[in-house]
This record gives sequence, C-alpha cells and structure tokens, in this order.
Amino acid sequence: MSQDITLAQFRRWLSLFAEQVQEQVDLLTELDAAIGDADHGANMQRGMRKVQERLQDPTATGGDIGSLFRSIAMTLISTVGGAAGPLFGAFFLRAAKDVDGTDAVSLEQLAAMFRSGLEGVQQRGKAQIEEKTMIDALQPAVEALEAAVAEGLDAAAALDRALEAARRGMLHTAELQASKGRASYLGPRSIGHQDPGATSAFYLIQSAAAALGRQAQAEES
Amino acid sequence: MIALIIVSHCHDIAEGVCRLAGEMTQTPVPIAGVGGIVDENGQRQIGTDATAVLEAIESCWRPAGVLILVDLGSAILSAETALELLPDEQRERCLISNAPLVEGAVVAALEASLGHSLEDVNRAAEAVRNLDKVLR
Ligand SMILES: Nc1ncnc2c1ncn2[C@@H]1O[C@H](COP(=O)(O)OP(=O)(O)OP(=O)(O)O)[C@@H](O)[C@H]1O
Ligand SMILES: [Mg+2]
Repeated sequence: MSQDITLAQFRRWLSLFAEQVQEQVDLLTELDAAIGDADHGANMQRGMRKVQERLQDPTATGGDIGSLFRSIAMTLISTVGGAAGPLFGAFFLRAAKDVDGTDAVSLEQLAAMFRSGLEGVQQRGKAQIEEKTMIDALQPAVEALEAAVAEGLDAAAALDRALEAARRGMLHTAELQASKGRASYLGPRSIGHQDPGATSAFYLIQSAAAALGRQAQAEES
Repeated sequence: MIALIIVSHCHDIAEGVCRLAGEMTQTPVPIAGVGGIVDENGQRQIGTDATAVLEAIESCWRPAGVLILVDLGSAILSAETALELLPDEQRERCLISNAPLVEGAVVAALEASLGHSLEDVNRAAEAVRNLDKVLR
C-alpha cells in the first residue's frame, strides 16, 4: 500500500531545492559562463532566496499543494530574470493545476504532476529533447518516474530511478550542440559543456527524491 | 489606437527604443518600455521580468489591442508568461511581434498613430525584417 506524499513534504522539497541551488551557485555560474551569459547562478540564487523567504511564511504559500506551487511559480517568474524564471515558473504553474485544494497525493498523482510540469516547460520554451536545455534532464526523469510507477515501485525507488535518469540526461547535455536558448548562438562551440539549466533541473529532481521519496520511507520505518 | 510595449533585457534599450519610436509620430502613441530587472539590492540588472510586462500591459491597456516587441531569449518567454497570466478577453487582444526591436518599433509606432488595427500594425512591423539596410 503506497503512502501519500504530503504538503509538508512538498514544502521540504522546495526548501531542499533552494538550498541545493544556493550551494551550487558557483558551478551554475561557471557552466553558464562557458556557453551563456554567466548569469544562471545569480538568477537562480535570486529566485531561491525569495522562495526560501516565501516558505518561511506558511500563509503566503497557502494550505494546499496547488497554492504552494502557484506561489513558488510567481516568485520564480518575478525574480529569476533569465529564461529559467518563466520556464521553472511554467513547470510549477502547470503542475499546480492538478492539485488545487489537495494536501496529499499518491505516487501516481505525483507522476502526473511531473508530466504536466514538463509539458508546461515544453510549451513555454518549445524545446525538444537533445536541444541542450533543461528538457534533457526533466523529460527522462519524468519518463523514468512514469515507468517506475507502472512497474509498481514505491516512492523512494521510483524517485531514485527519476534521479538517475535526470543525472544521465544532465551529463549527456555536454555532448550536445545547443539549438535553443543563448547557447544556440555558439553553434558547435557549445559542444563539450554541460548545460546550466539542465543542471538546475537535476537539482529539482534530486531534491524531490530526497524529500518525497527517501524521507517518506524513513518516516514509515 | 493600439498600445505598444517594448521588452528588452536592458532598461536603457527599452527606454531608448520608446523615445526613438515616439519621435516618428504626429499623434502620440501609447508606448511603454519594460527593461532589465531590479535585484534585491535595488540595483538594475540585465534580465526580464514577466510580472513587469504584465503590469505594463495593464497600465497601457487599449481595447484596440497591445502589440509587444521583444529583443531575445527570455524577453519572449517573459512576454508569453505575461499573456498567460492575463484574463482571456485581454489576452486575445495582445500580440507578440516577430519584428526586429528597433526598426519594428519605429514602424509600429507610425502605423499605430494612423489608427491601424493590431494585426495590420504587426504585419507592417514584421515586414521590416525583409528590408535591406545597406544596398550593395
Ligand atoms: N527554450 C528553452 N527551453 C528550455 N530550456 C531553455 C530554453 N532556453 C533556455 N533554456 C534553459 O535555460 C538555461 C539558461 O537559464 P538562464 O537563467 O541563464 O537564462 P538566460 O539564457 O541567461 O536568459 P536570457 O534569455 O534572459 O539571456 C539554459 O541552460 C537552458 O537549460
Ligand atoms: Mg544565462
């Protein structure tokens, strides 16, 4: 019997995501300096600081997962300042639609939220897989999560699969030539560098695995 | 008359394009620049902010419509995000143009000042993509 994933865990997820990004600001800056305008670290840090502020105030983020996600989406949209703002914003806005008024979801619902979020990013940025963007980490993660759910794995195992898929996707971006975003101006010179946005997206999945998967298991035992 | 919104990564570009375009028209055209972001220290930085675009659309709103001209990358994503956040009736009267920012804004301001429709103004602005600057 699979356990529901609670609002408290979603809050934990966002808080871990914010911490992770801030710990890795220098790496994100460095990656964006190689193939972009060197602002991805600063952009994400600015957004994540505001996310943390928002999370401190439970009334500002609402009493259900939908309101929490909407509030985080608006925070990212209005503070990040680069492409990652509207894109991560689209992820949370779209995922929020499935969970209005809900304070716990099943693993199946979680997978559906991830799918909706991915579709939000795809619709906003029009990028396909292999264009060297955050899609290259997100899409394999969502597909792995869906496959794991279909196999009947529990949340911890399913999210670990998603994490491994995101990691492979992120690392694979180094081999790709960018055809979306600022890095596309570099043409073949973008090859050989890992994509900064795919790296942030990997942290999104990594923090989800920690807060929604393993933590749930730890609470159960 | 329609309104124009100029979205750039850079505050000075957005303001400058508004001034340049405004100089071309006999009748004043509603035009607003949205450029750059303001960071947590109140400093202007390069970037785009969808909520600022949304506010500009709301404050310049004209029932005839709003044409949005953008520079690159996240300016487009932010403009699209702003439209997503607008009520349906307003969104239907907004258009993001494929026109180049500077030349497009100049042509759009002229066409708008003549009272042309949103679609016609956009068509004229986008057509400047095909004009050669230097004749060889
Ligand atoms: N169209 C897109 N679809 C999906 N992801 C994208 C797209 N464009 C950019 N990205 C992602 O955004 C990341 C860059 O984010 P960042 O915050 O640095 O924005 P930026 O490119 O500097 O924005 P700007 O367009 O304002 O210059 C890229 O590494 C890429 O993963
Ligand atoms: Mg950048």
